[in-house]
Amino acid sequence: MRLSPTPARRARLGAAVLALLLLATGCARETMPQDVLSHPQGPIARRLEHLINPVFLIAAFFFVLVQGLVIYAAIRFRRRSDDEAPVQVHGSAKLELTWTVVPAVLLLGVGIFTLANLFFLDQQPKGPDVVQVDVIGHQWWWEFKYPQYKITTANELHIPAGKKVAIKMTSTDVIHSFWPPKLAGKVDVIPGRTNHMVIEADAPGNFFGQCAEFCGLSHANMRLRVIADSQADFDTWVADQTTAAALPVTGDAAAGAALFRSKGCSGCHTVDGYSAGLVGPNLTHFNSRARFAGYIFDNNDEMLRKWLRNPPAMKPMNPNKGLGMPNLHLSEDEITKLIAYLDSLK
Amino acid sequence: MATVLEPTTIEATPVPREPALMRRPKATTGFWGWVTTVDHKKIGILYGVTAFIFFLVGGSEALLIRLQLAQPNGTILSADAYNQVFTMHGTTMIFLVVMPITTAFFNYLIPLMIGARDVAFPRLNAFSYWTFLCGALFINSSFVLGGAPNGGWFGYAPNTSITFSPGHNIDFWVFGLQILGIASTVGSINFIITILNMRAPGMTLMKMPIFIWMALVTSFLMMFAMPIITVALFLLMFDRLFGANFFNPAAGGDPLLWQHLFWLFGHPEVYILILPAMGMVSEILPVFSRKPLFGYPVMVISGVAIGFMGWGVWVHHMFATGLGPVAVSAFSISTMFIAVPTGVKIFNWIGTMWGGSIKFTTAMLFAVGFVAMFTIGGLSGVTHAVSPHDRQQTDTYYVVAHFHYVLFGGALFGIMGGTYYWYPKVFGRLLDEGLGKIHFWLWFIGFNLTFGPMHLIGLQGMPRRIYTYDKALGVGWLNMMSTIGAFIIMVSVLVFLYNALVVTRRQPVGAPNDPWDGRTLEWTLPSPVPDYNFLEVPVVHSLDDFWHQKYTEDDSGRLVKLSVSEAPPSDIDPHSIHLPSPSYFPLVAATGLPIMAYGMTYRVWLVAIFGAVWLLGGLYAWALEPSAEPHDPDDDHGPADAAELVGATAPALGAGPGPDAEPAEPTATDATPSQEGE
Repeated sequence: MRLSPTPARRARLGAAVLALLLLATGCARETMPQDVLSHPQGPIARRLEHLINPVFLIAAFFFVLVQGLVIYAAIRFRRRSDDEAPVQVHGSAKLELTWTVVPAVLLLGVGIFTLANLFFLDQQPKGPDVVQVDVIGHQWWWEFKYPQYKITTANELHIPAGKKVAIKMTSTDVIHSFWPPKLAGKVDVIPGRTNHMVIEADAPGNFFGQCAEFCGLSHANMRLRVIADSQADFDTWVADQTTAAALPVTGDAAAGAALFRSKGCSGCHTVDGYSAGLVGPNLTHFNSRARFAGYIFDNNDEMLRKWLRNPPAMKPMNPNKGLGMPNLHLSEDEITKLIAYLDSLK
Repeated sequence: MATVLEPTTIEATPVPREPALMRRPKATTGFWGWVTTVDHKKIGILYGVTAFIFFLVGGSEALLIRLQLAQPNGTILSADAYNQVFTMHGTTMIFLVVMPITTAFFNYLIPLMIGARDVAFPRLNAFSYWTFLCGALFINSSFVLGGAPNGGWFGYAPNTSITFSPGHNIDFWVFGLQILGIASTVGSINFIITILNMRAPGMTLMKMPIFIWMALVTSFLMMFAMPIITVALFLLMFDRLFGANFFNPAAGGDPLLWQHLFWLFGHPEVYILILPAMGMVSEILPVFSRKPLFGYPVMVISGVAIGFMGWGVWVHHMFATGLGPVAVSAFSISTMFIAVPTGVKIFNWIGTMWGGSIKFTTAMLFAVGFVAMFTIGGLSGVTHAVSPHDRQQTDTYYVVAHFHYVLFGGALFGIMGGTYYWYPKVFGRLLDEGLGKIHFWLWFIGFNLTFGPMHLIGLQGMPRRIYTYDKALGVGWLNMMSTIGAFIIMVSVLVFLYNALVVTRRQPVGAPNDPWDGRTLEWTLPSPVPDYNFLEVPVVHSLDDFWHQKYTEDDSGRLVKLSVSEAPPSDIDPHSIHLPSPSYFPLVAATGLPIMAYGMTYRVWLVAIFGAVWLLGGLYAWALEPSAEPHDPDDDHGPADAAELVGATAPALGAGPGPDAEPAEPTATDATPSQEGE
């Protein structure tokens, strides 16, 4: 390991590494929507950050210590002549005891803080102020239910900023993991079990998230967004969501509504007051959501058209095995009408 | 009844000539020499070469993964192809590369380092290899038979159930791993018995080379861990084939049962992968530092401690599954404390180098690289133990970075170091040092460029096992760096191949017995090692016995070279050494397993039954074949039986040489006979 012989070169190398790290963390400020290294956006994520940062520092200390010793030994004790006859040291009880006990004590300290936080984070918030949400994992989209308001929506989780949100989660098929990194660490969403987590956002904002447990073919396309609203905006949203859109009676939208039934869409999707399918996302307020299909496509006419032409070509799914939306072989005219209907579901 | 057992009837029966089928094969060279071999050295080479070929396969899979992820929204692979490739990359690197390569080292080196002529059960050893090969080919045949396993190497239920994975992909994984599990279990038992029973006279446990200690601990871990995954796979098999509901929540089963079983195997498995490399590094560092291993007893104890503690940390793979704070806190603490014996090892390795006379051969570069890189993996491992924050880390690329620093920065660095170190002993030629150093630096730079950025990629929120990611995550350029690093690793591997297959082969065979000024018994033997290993079984007086024949210490502890008097040529005729006879039946029996597996995979029960009968037939013939050619004048021992156990000078089963045992003087009769019964 004859690493960079001159101090100047070593300094330059160090500067380059430092610059790289600064660049990486600097970028994080604005452009890293799932970054957990800095800028947590809620009290829970912040607590996690405060817990890990000192551990990262301790790790950095040992990193520098060990690498420093290795590099020093490699340079200082390199063989200069084949006749060298080093002193045969077989060990040292004192030293070995030191590097057993010191790390053990340090780890005990880390352990105490870990356990304290663990039990703190396990507390379930109670009271009328707490918003309750049921998260249900599906291959490959998220269903969100608000039992207090009788709202069902998909992929887009609206919460009031500054309030604790108590989440109960389960899955209808395989194991998923619900992860909005800026607000909290992930919790697995397991069929047959109910897990709990708490999230809270400091201020209104739009927070990325996605499924973090491999859940089959389209695991990568199971994303979500947590949208924290001000209390007033949240109340408006709740009011909108609890009022079903009127069934269109004229034009393309009305024809689309008829197609929604005749083409079988209604067999999988619920539109309150019109259809009651339970396989796919609830579409009652489809047009209020910014993106669709596991939050991967912008919700606009162009993307909807592409989607309706052949869904499995847009997002890997396995409709032959009952997983995901099949190609319904719609004509362009039918697609126009269905889009008009979907647009009416505000 | 009495008449049947009447002795005179048996005595009256003339001994029939063995039917041709039952004669032992004789070839010791060429194709049949390799196919029928029971020589631990040949089996070791077969293991090593096979595993290296699978390293190229698993590496190609890694390159595909990196190509796909080089940029956001990659289009090199479809989602389904990506899921197959990442599943097979993990499965291959663990079960078909690191485990068999370490088995190759165990096979080749254990008898040489403990002064034995072979392992305890030579035919079982061959069976172990052929079973491994059959399992490896079976699981990879899925690529051309409709699709490789695609449920991840961890195969979480219920995604791997017949409902959610209806194809045969997962069946190949279920049966392939069961076959590989048989190979590992059988191999581990063989190594344990060899180490405990066949050490040279005088080699007490605390005079064993540290590599042998790590081999022993690893073998115990394997022997206990493989049955656990086998149970899990058995349950999954019943779910998939026969409609059982072990992991089906709708019928009262529990998907978390799979995770507990899998990780109760899976975490000791991590130590199965890393402990052998720790052993290799612990042999290499002293040799090239001209100093004994710092704190040998502590190194032994910490290795054993890791072996025990490795069973008590599995839930750290499951911190996000909602097990509750009590369970999670227990496993957080145990996970933190397994870092203590690991840290002790790291500091003791540095202590070994400290004050030494360090020669940077390629083997030493890899060993020092191991210490530096494994440390990084160990430190990130401690951060996982901080369980509340682990929920931010788990299932992201941060974990991918962590375990590659352990398994690549650790296991593979150690294995590469071991390869450069022991290559001359195995093949009689020294690998080219110049190319070796190019290999090391490219490998070192490529490794850090590939996996270093993954720490950031993960902490910036990119989950694992996704075939595509959003540009908005902002991790595109880091992923590009990582992909470039992976191709630098590829170049370094090509340099190694060029070195081993072209440059080194230009030299004549003729490496010196002891090219590195070694410390352990294998360096007393010619390179390559003759069939019979030791002409005379050595008598061991101390740890690093060979070193103490060459050097001593003066009053201040400094090294003093002894004038070694040339040992008088032995009067033992190598031809008089009776070696275990080759056999067809380990291979025959092993091939029954994939036949069974294909039958089960495709639910063609007759084929499965045929495979089982074939396997039993192979085992039956194995049991009945004679110990050597009939009428062989050396063979006066009758049919093969438990006599396999009798080693050259091995004491009885279960009674290793005690710590105070006076080493027995070897006599001519001690030295000449060898394994009987094979």
